[in-house]
Amino acid sequence: MKDFIIPDRDMGTPAVKSDVTVNLIVDGIPVSVPAGTSVMRAAAVAGISVPKLCATDHVSAFGSCRLCVVQIDGMRGLPASCTTPVTEGMVVHTQTDEVAQIRKGVMELYISDHPLDCLTCAANGDCELQDMAGAVGLREVRYEPGANHFARRDAEGPNPEYRPKDQSNPYFTFDPAKCIVCSRCVRACEEVQGTFALTIEGRGFDSRVSAGMASDSFLSSDCVSCGACVQVCPTATLIENSVIQIGTPEHIVKTTCAYCGVGCSFDAHMRGEEVVRMVPSKDGKANHGHSCVKGRFAWGYATHRERQTQPMVRERITDPWRVVTWDEALDFAASRLRQAQADFGRDAIGVITSSRCTNEETYLVQKLARAVFHNNNTDTCARVCHSPTGYGLKTTFGTSAGTHDFDSVDETDLALVIGANPTDGHPVFASRLRKRLREGAGLIVLDPRQIDLLNSPHMGEGLHLPLRPGTNVAVLTAMAHVIVAEKLYDEAFIRERCDWDEFLAYAEFLLDPRHAPEEVEKLSKVPAELIRKAARAYAAAPRASIYYGLGVTEHSQGSTTVMAIANLAMLTGNIGEPGTGVNPLRGQNNVQGSCDMGSFPHEYPGYRHVSDPEARAIYERAWGVELSPEPGLRIPNMFDEALAGRFKGLYCQGEDIVQSDPDTRHVTSALAAMDIVIVQDLFLNETANYAHVFLPGSSFLEKNGTFTNAERRINMVRRAMTPKNGYEDWEVTQLLANRMGAAWSYTHPREIMAEIALTTPSFAGVSYDLLDREGSVQWPCNDKAPLGTPVMHIDGFVRGRGKFVHTEYVATEERTGARFPLLLTTGRILSQYNVGAQTRRTENVVWHPEDILEIHPSDAENRGIREGDWVRVASRSGDTSLRAHITERVAPGVVYTTFHHPTTQANVVTTDNSDWATNCPEFKVTAVQVSPSNGPSEWQEEYRHHSDLARRILPTAAE
Amino acid sequence: MSHDHSKLIRMATQMAQFFTSQPDRPAPEAVAAHINESWTPRMRQDFVAQIRAGAEADPVVREAAAFIRLPAA
Repeated sequence: MKDFIIPDRDMGTPAVKSDVTVNLIVDGIPVSVPAGTSVMRAAAVAGISVPKLCATDHVSAFGSCRLCVVQIDGMRGLPASCTTPVTEGMVVHTQTDEVAQIRKGVMELYISDHPLDCLTCAANGDCELQDMAGAVGLREVRYEPGANHFARRDAEGPNPEYRPKDQSNPYFTFDPAKCIVCSRCVRACEEVQGTFALTIEGRGFDSRVSAGMASDSFLSSDCVSCGACVQVCPTATLIENSVIQIGTPEHIVKTTCAYCGVGCSFDAHMRGEEVVRMVPSKDGKANHGHSCVKGRFAWGYATHRERQTQPMVRERITDPWRVVTWDEALDFAASRLRQAQADFGRDAIGVITSSRCTNEETYLVQKLARAVFHNNNTDTCARVCHSPTGYGLKTTFGTSAGTHDFDSVDETDLALVIGANPTDGHPVFASRLRKRLREGAGLIVLDPRQIDLLNSPHMGEGLHLPLRPGTNVAVLTAMAHVIVAEKLYDEAFIRERCDWDEFLAYAEFLLDPRHAPEEVEKLSKVPAELIRKAARAYAAAPRASIYYGLGVTEHSQGSTTVMAIANLAMLTGNIGEPGTGVNPLRGQNNVQGSCDMGSFPHEYPGYRHVSDPEARAIYERAWGVELSPEPGLRIPNMFDEALAGRFKGLYCQGEDIVQSDPDTRHVTSALAAMDIVIVQDLFLNETANYAHVFLPGSSFLEKNGTFTNAERRINMVRRAMTPKNGYEDWEVTQLLANRMGAAWSYTHPREIMAEIALTTPSFAGVSYDLLDREGSVQWPCNDKAPLGTPVMHIDGFVRGRGKFVHTEYVATEERTGARFPLLLTTGRILSQYNVGAQTRRTENVVWHPEDILEIHPSDAENRGIREGDWVRVASRSGDTSLRAHITERVAPGVVYTTFHHPTTQANVVTTDNSDWATNCPEFKVTAVQVSPSNGPSEWQEEYRHHSDLARRILPTAAE
Repeated sequence: MSHDHSKLIRMATQMAQFFTSQPDRPAPEAVAAHINESWTPRMRQDFVAQIRAGAEADPVVREAAAFIRLPAA
């Protein structure tokens, strides 16, 4: 059954927080609202919709359309209800003869400059202008035809005021002829997104919405295509192309975005089983009605022609694929897996769970390894991104997760952003942070690159510490040195929440001159004074928060850096209160969840070590099998063991390790050494080039389940359409497990969640009923916290006392020298996601069709490289070629690229160095040389040849 | 063929570099504890065998081998 869910009602102006309640009467109905609320919103609370055009609760009131006028006893004239705040005892009349007459007059003026092609208009059925004309009883327009903005021509010839549609953006159309200049779009771009790409040019009758300069289109402007303007537009002026093509939706399915770790809630607006548009949910607790270009627009991959919907097998990876039945594919997979175990031992096979799949799916895949393969060879892509977060935060605080919810950013006084690029990687969080920066919060950025967050319009001065890649620990320890040396620490907090003797030992460690900013400047190239300034600012802010990304974790000292971050927060008492905390920005949609669900080879769901007899007993009872108490193989260990001839079979669900993991040649030769590689995915991804079985996967629109975002928030994913491959992904895992003798009988993911809750203390209270009721909850969710835990460690750390771990800087083995004089660091871009499997199959490629190497002008000049030239990037591991972009965003000596495109294979260049504690690869530091080149490298040609061969599918035999 | 010789020792050396700077407990024990917690029995066996065979290694790594838990033979 499909539930029709009534879309969130627009309350006219944003909600206001206040401790003071104001009572008033609207149309005879008593209503109480927080002080500072508008009369319009108070009326909406009373159930009365005051007509409006320029007002919407997405942005602050503007008071330009005059349609929302009301009469208020004791007040002169007719005030606009959107800009008039409530007062105690106020008596409001939303409809009087005078009010009605004014509204009709206003509407008549609007309509006199608007085309009346309503029947064929894309907004027909969803147009606020049309609704308001109806609401105010407009029955005639008395104005004679005259100067207007909508007619192409008039009697005298072309209309000079007419502007054609701007269709430059692939996802939405701007039709100036329909514009009523309410400026909602301009305000949404500023207030909600924080980009300031739109403006109103001209005055009076000449006023027009404009993207950037007069010569700009939407595509060439600063617009980041977040769609906030489209969402607030009351007419067809800014509208999704999908609505133009399909028409209005008829039902809504509430679900969760499958892109980054922000985990935005979405309303999938459907017509039948077709998505008409994705609209971010206003009641979404992570995103509050906002989204980015990926979540809102880039879902076309789900129906892309390259999607594979049938199972396929082949004897050897050099053979073409053969389309087979599910039975044949599963039998083939199961018997080969069992054969590998028979020939090479129980530990010869393993699984990789997906951080893009649901918690329930991930849980089943790790259960497959533990309970059916009888080993603990399960790992997940978090290995290559945030495994140091798990280790570092568990060691210092006691939980492997971020401390705060995103809402906390509204109360922070200073944000320290380390190794993260939120405007590209976590755009909706970036918009929320930018909003806070505009309100005056401070910003410190530790990053080798000048990230866009530093260029936020209307913020104060941001500090940028452009450190040399690989020196995070040195710089953070130097900041701690300054805090201790200048006695800027929070003694009361440390005494109460941490161990004072441990602090004293750490302080002594820090005060050694080798940790002084002047010494660290020599390694990091960050001026000592800048380190001091940053340390003082962080310590001085009443509520300082830390947000960090993969620039922290993907290093040989990733775990040490996480602990250095935790130390800074503990030293300054920035834990446990809103506006403070240590928050990892998680990469993929469910990377937190996949870790929570026991994807790591040494931990059961809820981060309990496999050697813990109590935890093991719980699962032995629940699953009815004996379990191994020994840790299994991590992903890099699987590759090493495969090359050693001892690891022979892999079931890889929804990940593309060939593209995402470091040192591609190492990965591909490991896969080529296996007897059975099973890939379950939407597409024949790069890993499938090395697979023997392809099991078609289902998209997030085709399944039920849950994702857990970076703030530990468990969000519902709901099925909006039938899986094109016939099964939800968890069903495929169950089929495979049962082929291997498991006898699982789940009929719905809610039953899997019930098993998770039953066996995992931090999930004990979680159920689909609770999630349906509350929308989402943040774990821990149990008897102590029945509705979940937005902020952790409020009265004490989960581990008891916070632990100060000593953070000695150890230089990575990856060093520059004469042959490889530059440091390569990698990252991502707004329009593409991870390996690009999804986003490359959408119109997002108009923004980023290929990976580009950023290089500093001086490094480029030394090498005779010009803008746009093909260059070869070579490291000790391998080499690849791509085009160069010359920019001062990177420091001299540092080059930067993304890994979104398989034709570039940036990871051919990265090495197998890894974090000391977790084997998280050192993606962020590779010594390279860059030289001019005349096109793709030999490896790229070779790889392309192999891909072409490996993707052949035999034509199905004639019936 | 066993697990890549130099790699296990290289990984253990990285751990030794970290635990040497920690005041809590002797570094060799801490390194061994971390290895026991995160490496498979076979990786641990290979590691100990390599050390016993006289592979070149940091003294802390060498000492850690004594604390590695090996599966019952």
